[in-house]
Amino acid sequence: MDLMLCSGTGCVSNKAFRIKQALGDELHKHGLQEEVDVVLTGCNGFCARGPVLVVKPGEIFYQSLTEKQIPHLVEEHFLKGRPVYKLMFTPPDERVPVPVMGDIGFFSKQVLVALRNRGMIDPEKIDEYIARDGYGALGKALTEMTPEEILSEVETSGLRGRGGAGFPTAFKWRLCRESPGNSKHVICNADEGDPGAFMDRSIIESDPHSVLEGMTIGARAMGASQGHVYIRHEYPLARERLIKAIDQARDYGLLGEDILGSGFDFDVAITRGAGAFICGEETSLIASLEGRPPEPRVRPPYPTQSGVWGEPTNINNVETWANVPEIINRGGSWFSGIGTEKSKGTKVFALVGKVKNTGLVEVPMGITLREVVYDIGGGILDDKEFKAVQTGGPSGGCIPESLLDLPVDYERLAEVGSIMGSGGLIVMDEDTCMVDVARYFIEFLRGESCGKCTPCREGLGVMFKVLTDICEGRGTEGDIELLEDLALIVHDASLCGLGSTAPNPVLSTIKYFRDEYEAHIHEHRCPAGVCKELITFSIDEEICVGCLMCLKECPGDAITGDVKVAHSIEQALCTKCGACRDVCRIDGAIVVH
Amino acid sequence: MTKLRRDDLERIRKLMAKRMSLREGEATARVTVHMGTCGIAAGARKIMSAFLAAQGESTRNDILITTSGCAGLCSREPMATVEIEGEAPVKYVDLDEKKVKQIFEEHVLSGRIVEKLALAVGSERVG
Repeated sequence: MDLMLCSGTGCVSNKAFRIKQALGDELHKHGLQEEVDVVLTGCNGFCARGPVLVVKPGEIFYQSLTEKQIPHLVEEHFLKGRPVYKLMFTPPDERVPVPVMGDIGFFSKQVLVALRNRGMIDPEKIDEYIARDGYGALGKALTEMTPEEILSEVETSGLRGRGGAGFPTAFKWRLCRESPGNSKHVICNADEGDPGAFMDRSIIESDPHSVLEGMTIGARAMGASQGHVYIRHEYPLARERLIKAIDQARDYGLLGEDILGSGFDFDVAITRGAGAFICGEETSLIASLEGRPPEPRVRPPYPTQSGVWGEPTNINNVETWANVPEIINRGGSWFSGIGTEKSKGTKVFALVGKVKNTGLVEVPMGITLREVVYDIGGGILDDKEFKAVQTGGPSGGCIPESLLDLPVDYERLAEVGSIMGSGGLIVMDEDTCMVDVARYFIEFLRGESCGKCTPCREGLGVMFKVLTDICEGRGTEGDIELLEDLALIVHDASLCGLGSTAPNPVLSTIKYFRDEYEAHIHEHRCPAGVCKELITFSIDEEICVGCLMCLKECPGDAITGDVKVAHSIEQALCTKCGACRDVCRIDGAIVVH
Repeated sequence: MTKLRRDDLERIRKLMAKRMSLREGEATARVTVHMGTCGIAAGARKIMSAFLAAQGESTRNDILITTSGCAGLCSREPMATVEIEGEAPVKYVDLDEKKVKQIFEEHVLSGRIVEKLALAVGSERVG
């Protein structure tokens, strides 16, 4: 027997989680825990009668449940087999023809933890956050728990850093806690620099207090009194909402001195960054926060020993902090119940590129990439062929179709040459040239390299040149091997994470799409029809109906023809922008060689 | 403002929870316009203005127009959620000013879901 307990936001605010706890306790008491499963589901639309519970099989629908009713319900229905009529709901005759959220693929596979309040509260009103149990975890942490207990709860949860590297959060907290020093710092890294990624921005924009509450709890565990949010200048709305949130929290005494009357002091300041990718690296971020140029330094000493102004410092990213209040509220073992063996909880991804549904998704660890791309993303735009999915931003790798059933997990992604990263997920279709993609990321990284280490500064420059040569038809025998050699050196001889992961886009595209590199080098051909130097556009006069669409669109006036007269392209004038292909409505009329 | 104690949090929570679920508030209907960067870029400010204008034109004073962050499905922005007291929330997508007028008149004022503009009924699963 399955008990489908709604955990949509409506039912949760009516204490659905307490019902779950009570059900679990009662079932256990009667020894029914093996036979009866309690399953959390998405919203089925009956929020007004929440918390609601559907018993399967039989579809018996219980509504407006309270904790007090649970012992009676369990004993009568699940032990003695007599459904409790007075708790049931008789549905009205007419059914709403609009689907429920649980039927929409985009929403049905998501599990919200870090994004638990997204779209539900006004982020500029602290009272609305409190209404959804906000700052409840802080109250618990400050009045019922010792710093050691907070730490062990986070340890039990198995939470790992969501910024990219996946370092165990509790381990880092402990190092900071045990470092000698009266003045300690916690930092929230909101300097999200991956192209196409917007997880952290969205969390701060929709729920800034969850981050502040997480930081305050962490600070308590580590004995830190100063908090910093390092946020990029390119995120004005997130910053504005964060400033308002900090002001409101201070007014309520949730930041500042003597928080909630506990005697604990903690406050948060905002530092603006100029949007440098290198600031994702801890020591660079700290340098920038102190007002110096962002360059990484040798570790040890680690920031947990010597960070901001030489004092013990712990850095976590936005999503990591946003998870902390829920771990304290619902317990570390609840959190570690979600996910895979080594990757616990959920992960937020920015799902972008050539998928039908783009947006921000939060999924349990262990979900397959195929589910993310096809069930949540809705498949490839215009029903084209899938080619690859890029995870982990510029430092990540491209994963091909054959590996789509890979579960999302820190270790498994690393095994195939990519990384979890901070959560960018770029889906590419058949019209994407993988050499061009590698070149794009190396160009980005070359620009973002701070220049301190020669292999990264010069190596990425040479790699970019080789990739450009290949894309422009000047590739020669041995280029692939040269790229592989350079990749190894840049990886091994760079000081920080930027350099050591920078070759990933090149290595993974060579590994899985070597044929595309070879086509560029040996046949001077771009199979995807992207690299301008290697393609020509022409019009098939048999197919062209002479509609003038491309002729009007061509920015170089390279197309000639007339109404109902087949058009043609003057090659000398063609800039290969592809505008004609985009506007042409006749299949096969525009030919790309 | 006086500093809160833990009991105060519970007091605010209870008060606000009722108001937010439209159980004991002054409002009987609430429109939430999703205004993250994605929504704003897709035109959410115009949608907000259109809802406010429609509210101004109506004689009802029990309708709350509020904002929230990104609802997740960025490719279908601008989005808004309409909630009527005692009923499940309904999400509308791909909005423009004309659609806002129709939704306000049919759903917010008269309680009939505009089926062809609605994406789904209900809210998301938490944890």
